[in-house]
Amino acid sequence: MDEKLSPIVTALTERFGCEAQEFRGEISLILPAEKLTGLLQSLRDEFSFEQLVDVTAVDYYPQEAPRFHVVYHVRSLSQGLVLCVRVPLDGNAPSTPTAEGVYPSANWYEREVFDMFGVTFTGHSDMRRIVMPADWQGHPLRKDFPLGYEEVQFTFNFDTVTKRKPQPKE
Amino acid sequence: MTDIREVTVDELKHLVSERAAQGETMLLNMGPQHPSTHGVLRLLLELDGEIVVSCIPDIGFLHTGVEKNMEAKNYQQAEVMTDRLDYLHPIGNNLVYCMAVEKLCDLDVPPRAQAIRVILAELTRLGSHLIWLGTSALDLAAMSVFLYTMREREKILDIFELVSGQRMMTTYLRPGGLWRDVPVEFEEAVYKFIDHMPSQVDEYQDLLDQNELFIDRTKGVSVIKSEEAVRWGITGPVLRAGGMAYDLRKALPYSTYEQYDFDIPTRTEGDIYARYAVRVDEMRESLKIIRQALNKLPLGPVRSNNRKYVPPPRSELGVSMEALIHHFKLWTEGFTPPVGSVYAAVESPRGELGVFMESDGSAKPYRVHYRTPTFANLQIMPLLTRGYFVADVVAAIGSIDIVLGDADR
Amino acid sequence: MGVEQKLGNMGVVTTRLEQLVNWSRTNAMWPMLFGLACCAIEMMAAQAANYDMSRFGMELMRASPRQSDLMIVAGRVSRKMGPVLRRLYDQMPYPKWVIAMGDCASCGGVFNNYAIFQGVDEIVPVDVYVAGCPPRPEGLIHGVLTLHDKVNHEKLSKWA
Repeated sequence: MDEKLSPIVTALTERFGCEAQEFRGEISLILPAEKLTGLLQSLRDEFSFEQLVDVTAVDYYPQEAPRFHVVYHVRSLSQGLVLCVRVPLDGNAPSTPTAEGVYPSANWYEREVFDMFGVTFTGHSDMRRIVMPADWQGHPLRKDFPLGYEEVQFTFNFDTVTKRKPQPKE
Repeated sequence: MTDIREVTVDELKHLVSERAAQGETMLLNMGPQHPSTHGVLRLLLELDGEIVVSCIPDIGFLHTGVEKNMEAKNYQQAEVMTDRLDYLHPIGNNLVYCMAVEKLCDLDVPPRAQAIRVILAELTRLGSHLIWLGTSALDLAAMSVFLYTMREREKILDIFELVSGQRMMTTYLRPGGLWRDVPVEFEEAVYKFIDHMPSQVDEYQDLLDQNELFIDRTKGVSVIKSEEAVRWGITGPVLRAGGMAYDLRKALPYSTYEQYDFDIPTRTEGDIYARYAVRVDEMRESLKIIRQALNKLPLGPVRSNNRKYVPPPRSELGVSMEALIHHFKLWTEGFTPPVGSVYAAVESPRGELGVFMESDGSAKPYRVHYRTPTFANLQIMPLLTRGYFVADVVAAIGSIDIVLGDADR
Repeated sequence: MGVEQKLGNMGVVTTRLEQLVNWSRTNAMWPMLFGLACCAIEMMAAQAANYDMSRFGMELMRASPRQSDLMIVAGRVSRKMGPVLRRLYDQMPYPKWVIAMGDCASCGGVFNNYAIFQGVDEIVPVDVYVAGCPPRPEGLIHGVLTLHDKVNHEKLSKWA
């Protein structure tokens, strides 16, 4: 662990009771959703993690509790550090408080997580789909959403695929 | 195929001013088919006369499903998709993907491969800045800059073609090193290019620096200072034009960037002209890095020796049974990294390009997420355009150097 | 197009109406400026000084579909973009042609998934497919010349 990062991690694990995991020198803090805003607030104000780099999620389907991990990466520009924060969420109507109040850049990142995983962020100012069409059904990056693979056309199946393919009107 | 869905003012009530509902201001749709949106960006502008009151970006017209698709391929196959995300910076996308895989598998990369990666990444940065310069000057009605920059870009693409056989989507960098060593003509070709290039950059500056029309459209327009930019997650030239000297190549050096001597160009004004100036200076810095890397290009292997992850060279296949088995296993099943997740980041021409990769111990990545700079930078379009003229929107879009493939993924 | 040679000293040309119309169509075919993804960059390269597509009467890229005859679909077409593309095609005046540039526009390319149309020919009728990921500018120019060849062989009965 980086010597600049370890006092920060120790202080945070004591105060918020979160679990710290290390892999290849990177620290992930795992904590429940209700403590997230407090943690991000103190990261920004006390430990000078000025920038929210990224918000994404991982789907552990078919595991249900927790099914999702919402993953935040925060960066300290002045100290050159990155910290990963993970929030486990259950599969049934997953929801977590928004980080928009602390980092305004969370706005689009959280909209993307909502669009792709169906995780809602309470208190978010603009919870619409961002990437997929507004009337799209389902959340594409969930593991139970099909990839949508279409059969590739070769000589042996040329006619069957052509028959299935939608034809445009002139 | 569904039809185009109309958006009502009611749906966007929280994003536009109250005057829009009464019809006092006009809502104007711009894009996705518009010559100055650099692809398929759609903006919904609320206008009070010529002045922009609010701006609502709508992205996703180039959503490619890359992240989902990567989960269905193994680590070597998935790399092919990364080129096509940010199509102006394909080698950088490969680089960050390889860095993530190398971190996940704990692979080391030989110094020669690192130096060649730096040279190619900087050439890609130059190419990307050239396209940006040409197209955004074209948006401001400076046609000849476009013709000049595309001319130099062809020379960069010729070098890529020399090393990999492809002009744009090279997939030349592989986890653990490179696909193969560069040909003997490589050094000469790059030297020829970097000797020639500085005078060309002068030429672009001659066309634009003192150009009254260009200055009028860019100075004092779309200002964003670095404090505001940091809060909004902005990185890259847009941040540096606001006064903050932050560059991942210096802050968290990767691929042996710490060996090279270069400056981080900054400006303090934070307007469009400052972003232009930062990028042009960056082109000169890139040339400096390429020259240093070429001057001390080490000899040696270009791929890691770790046979569990990196295929053996072809020459070994005929003489070593073990090499043959490794080759067969790697190209049929792929390799299996340990369980865990990593985050790797590089400085792309647009800002911080990161990869979050999670492995579940199988041969396919469990989750790959690209943290793309355009997605973050595009978010400040409302801030950059509010209170300026409609014509300035075009200049603002150009100045943050958007690539929609990067934003929509 | 050899008119000068045929002209001689008499100031009179005899040709068939079919040939005359097809010739004029091919030599002022205005493409729509419709860049979607990677291929758009190569389309720009084909327009620029090194390749110079204006040698074939195509220097005028029109941003408006109402002023263009040729749609070069340069890049992958997503599910969100599909309806927009069809509307743009419907706005183009007849006669109109479509070139599917690159693998993604032709058949979906490497992106065989939920988000991408597996070929733009599911949305609009395509005249010429250009292979490559992305095709070189020479490839695009060859595609355009193939289209010119196709137009030159169109019969009067088709459009009159």
